Amino acid sequence: MADKVKLLEVNRLKKYFHAGKKKVLKAVDDVSFYVYKGETLGLVGESGCGKSTVGRTIINLYKATSGNVIYDGMNVQQKLSVRDLKKYKKKMQMIFQDPYSSLNPRMTVAEIIAEGIDNHAPGISRERKMEKVYQLLELVGLHSSHANRYPHEFSGGQRQRIGIARALAVEPEFIIADEPIAALDVSIQAQIVNLLRELQRGKQLTYLFIAHDLSMVKHISDRVAVMYLGQLVELSGSEKLYANPLHPYTKALLSAVPLPDPDLERTRERIILKGDVPNPLHPPCGCRFRTRCPEAKAICAEAAPEWRETERDHFVACHIYSACW
Amino acid sequence: MGRKPNETPEIPDDMFTPASPGIVTKAETSAAPLTFWQEAWRRLRKNKGALAGLITIVFLIVVSLIGPLFNEYSYSQQDLVRSNLPPKIAGLEWLGFDGTRSSGENTYEERGITANAWFGTDEFGRDLWTRLWKATQVSLFIGVVAAFLDLLIGVVYGGISAFYGGRLDNVMQRIIEVLVGIPNLIVIILFILIFEPGILSIILAMIITGWVGMARVVRGQILQLKGQEFILAARTLGTSNGKLIWKHLFPNVMGPIIITVMFTIPSAIFFEAFLSFIGLGLQPPLASLGVLIEDGYQSMRFFSYKLIFPAIVISALMISFNLLADGLRDALDPKMRR
Repeated sequence: MADKVKLLEVNRLKKYFHAGKKKVLKAVDDVSFYVYKGETLGLVGESGCGKSTVGRTIINLYKATSGNVIYDGMNVQQKLSVRDLKKYKKKMQMIFQDPYSSLNPRMTVAEIIAEGIDNHAPGISRERKMEKVYQLLELVGLHSSHANRYPHEFSGGQRQRIGIARALAVEPEFIIADEPIAALDVSIQAQIVNLLRELQRGKQLTYLFIAHDLSMVKHISDRVAVMYLGQLVELSGSEKLYANPLHPYTKALLSAVPLPDPDLERTRERIILKGDVPNPLHPPCGCRFRTRCPEAKAICAEAAPEWRETERDHFVACHIYSACW
Repeated sequence: MGRKPNETPEIPDDMFTPASPGIVTKAETSAAPLTFWQEAWRRLRKNKGALAGLITIVFLIVVSLIGPLFNEYSYSQQDLVRSNLPPKIAGLEWLGFDGTRSSGENTYEERGITANAWFGTDEFGRDLWTRLWKATQVSLFIGVVAAFLDLLIGVVYGGISAFYGGRLDNVMQRIIEVLVGIPNLIVIILFILIFEPGILSIILAMIITGWVGMARVVRGQILQLKGQEFILAARTLGTSNGKLIWKHLFPNVMGPIIITVMFTIPSAIFFEAFLSFIGLGLQPPLASLGVLIEDGYQSMRFFSYKLIFPAIVISALMISFNLLADGLRDALDPKMRR
């Protein structure tokens, strides 16, 4: 992959929520990364660290507090005209976490999948539309006779396939998969992940794959970003990250991945972090990880570490890798 | 039976025959999928109480519409010769419809009256059969119209409050709380004292505070739905707000709305009866079930028939509506499907 084109660029993205008077929840605080065309970027982190908020802000479900999202050279966090916004929404789609709440129980599968087609090509004839729905159903491994059924007649895996078909209906280039496998059985997880990879190959899709299953993320991603309390701590190619993690948090996370080899598993050393994730309403000053970091020093409380590229394509936010350590 | 588990009989290969390929495809094309409403109706049908309620309601509506046509008396026509006639139906004398008073004398024979009053007459000689069905009509009308207006205001108010959320929601909910804080009997009594008592003012008085319940139900439902992922999915697909409301939110709150309406109708009927009973209701000669019960109550000891028939009808209505609403709640409860 010599000619990597940045499809999506996220610059200093912040999303704050107001949790009551004077309380601000910094769900995403100063996050920058980019996604190359055709790759899969995995985004991992504990629950509540802001992974989904990043995804939802990129796709404009939330308005960013500051920072910008540049998609294909267009800043999409500005005020866009309705037409531009529609075009943008056509290019970018989302697959949701919970297959039980992501499909409207009162609509048939055909109606669900056709919704995007209706929105973006309003004049399309009924026959063409249904033909497209059938194609999409076959594409995601369902039968075209399923079109007239209701979501409750399907299993979790099948529902997730319907969700994928719905996202593909508008022929997007970029798909944000917000923990698409977290609610599924392990055997079904593999099916869905394989389906996603096949689709990526067949349609040249770009994925932002949000998950908390580290081995699954390694399996599917070209590069992986690790998030902690609303900030990115490390980003690198997935092989490199798993072989040589730099940030203490990444090290601790990866040490928790069970190994399939029983002998190795027995000798696996786990880095156990002390305490819980701090309350995101009152994050620690300086480096947000310092309260649980085994290597924290005085400087960690004073200044927040910079997001820097230590090696080529390996970003990390930690004082250990700066000059003043 | 009786065989030990390890003694499985040998099944030779020649006992197997290849299945025709049609069998597999047959399993694929199972029965046509039921829509939500078809499924709800199927569940409702299984509920005997709800079905009995539905049948009773339909029966009472039909009879109240055609009942007054069965004899020549109108609900307001007075005839003092025929005053206080006990009920008498030819052929049903053995059931007590024989025209005798509680003291044993037969009023019809004493006065030489030949035309029977099926459910008796009141002290002005108005035919109670006609009046009863007319009153049922009026009560049902008040109940249905009040519930419908509650629905209209409540859905719009609750929907706007929940859908736009934020500060608007906050303000709208405070307004509701103020309304709830005022005892609604006082509001209604003041309202009826200011305006002429009549069907319209009773309906208005009831909806002035009645819509609050519906607004809260709708708001709660929409708030809950708004956070669901299919709404987010629709937004990412670029669905407009109007379509979001009509295609995604509204069909999903229909169930609770219908249930609330079905519970509102009997309580409106009952509230109207209560208002009439305390003398704030309809003015004679117009009758509602509450008016009839109030009249009957005055002379309960001598002419108990005046009380019994409207009391039976209003009880039947209340029970039926509540049974039906209960059944509908079970049939439409989304927690039973998924």
